[in-house]
Amino acid sequence: MVAIADDLPLPPRRFSLGTAIRRNPTIAFGGILLLLLLTVAIFGPSFVGDPLKIAPVNRLRPPSERWWFGTDQFGRDLFTRTVYGSRVSLIVGLSVAAFSSLLGLALGLACGYFRRVDGIVMRIMDGLMAIPSILLAIALITLTRPSLFIVIVAIVIPEVPRIVRVVRAVVLSIRSQPYIESAIAGGTRNAKLLWRHVLPNTLAPLIVQSTYVCASAMLVEAGLSFLGAGVPPEVPSWGNIIAQGRTFFQIAPWSILIPGGFLALTVLAVNLLGDGLRDRLDPRLARRL
Amino acid sequence: MTAYIVRRLFATLPVMAVVALFVFFLLRFAPGDPAAIIAGDDATAESIAAVRAKLGLDRPVVEQFLLWLWGLMQGDMGVSIFSNLPVTRLIAQRLEPTVALTLSTLFVALALAIPAGVLAAWKARKLVDRIVMGFAVLGFAMPVFVLAYILVYIFAVLPMRTDWWPLPGLPVQGYRPIAEGLWPFVESLILPSVALGITYMALIARITRASMLEVLQQDYIRTANAKGLATDRVLLLHALKNAAVPIVTVIGIGIALLISGVVITETVFNIPGLGRLTVDAVLKRDYPIVQGLILVFAAAKVLVNLLIDISYAFLDPRIRY
Repeated sequence: MVAIADDLPLPPRRFSLGTAIRRNPTIAFGGILLLLLLTVAIFGPSFVGDPLKIAPVNRLRPPSERWWFGTDQFGRDLFTRTVYGSRVSLIVGLSVAAFSSLLGLALGLACGYFRRVDGIVMRIMDGLMAIPSILLAIALITLTRPSLFIVIVAIVIPEVPRIVRVVRAVVLSIRSQPYIESAIAGGTRNAKLLWRHVLPNTLAPLIVQSTYVCASAMLVEAGLSFLGAGVPPEVPSWGNIIAQGRTFFQIAPWSILIPGGFLALTVLAVNLLGDGLRDRLDPRLARRL
Repeated sequence: MTAYIVRRLFATLPVMAVVALFVFFLLRFAPGDPAAIIAGDDATAESIAAVRAKLGLDRPVVEQFLLWLWGLMQGDMGVSIFSNLPVTRLIAQRLEPTVALTLSTLFVALALAIPAGVLAAWKARKLVDRIVMGFAVLGFAMPVFVLAYILVYIFAVLPMRTDWWPLPGLPVQGYRPIAEGLWPFVESLILPSVALGITYMALIARITRASMLEVLQQDYIRTANAKGLATDRVLLLHALKNAAVPIVTVIGIGIALLISGVVITETVFNIPGLGRLTVDAVLKRDYPIVQGLILVFAAAKVLVNLLIDISYAFLDPRIRY
């Protein structure tokens, strides 16, 4: 079941960008797409106008040279709003991935290594996983004032159990390896053992899993904002741009299809990056899927 | 077999207990003052106190919990803050459209995704495989509501607004109960089911292909082919049956996707089911309804996973936990 040879480090290789891209087309494609979107999210807003500026004269204009993505029912420029919206998606995606990875890593290490913690924590995780993530987020949001921070917290909670399960599974399989047993027998302290011998083994699956968490977080955020339970309406996000486009969809379909297309493209980029990293970093998992 | 089922049944109890504890304590430990938030921005001190009394927040926590648990075991999930109607009744009224939508999505998704996955595995690395996998990767990235609006555009906006568009129009608003006739019922569910099912289909097609690929390498498949069995018999009887366990597992995991998607799909297509009830309750901050819905959805998910655990024992007689 566990092949020790898989865990040996690969021999160092000289790095060449061309070969790297040819070897991992999905990582390259997803990564480049994501870098482009990140650039837009970071620098874009300084080059476009005010996303909240209303101009009723120009309401519901189709995409044209002046309004690249058209305008909405208040005459707001949808190109500007879509550029701003990329910020929310990427902030939510990246911070949910980071927070839930850290939290999940800590809990997963604890569960896999300290068997007494395991029972209780895993029961709680099972319970949390029984609640569909969007509903769990909705419950928290019902009880608080809407803000970007609350949305992030509300999405982190349901994502943590997924990370915990992955990390815990790795730790459990590592724990029974002879080199861990010999380290324990040699009197290595728990902290050092976890840091030096267990943690490095969990990183590859953790990175892969966190890209999927990032993609799913962006979808959940957009879903929440679409339902009116996400970020406040004065912060343009792809989800609430789409929500506001609903009333006039029949005459102004661009107000939904364009931001929706960007959302799908971003999620696609992150997923491709995840698939590529999985094939590269975690060949055992890759073979299973 | 019975012992196995009973054991799995008991294993669902702690899960549901955690869900119940979670929704109960979320209200009690939410940051800020939930009663003030539920009462709204222009609430007076009296109306906040009224909400607090209604939610039982003015009593000691232990007493609240015991009362709530006692009610829950008798099927009492409290009353809505705004309409004063029992949550159980509100949920029961909206159950039918959601069950119909979920079952039809399940049917559409399985009927399309499993054959597609089998085909892709059989023709691995050929054109068909690339097309199926391409759709799966795209479908996995496609947000439910974006696809829903693309479908609305293709099947409602274009047929209505142009005369050159070849595809027929389909209903995109509302739900017709089966009592009004079979065709109107089916017709009203076509687009919502496709929109809701796309991510699920992508997931199942991928796992079917992966699982089939593994099985098709086995010696007994080579033997079956060598003794001259027809390809469809080898694929369906020898391979698919042995590839079934991972596929069934993913069908269970994906139920969570379906439930989350139901909330969004019902909003897009104006279907008066549990998803609409959820959204309306969130917008009015009617926590007792949200709490009841979470319990119902979590119970549904746990139940599906229980059925799947039981089905393992039938699919692979070696599995006995």
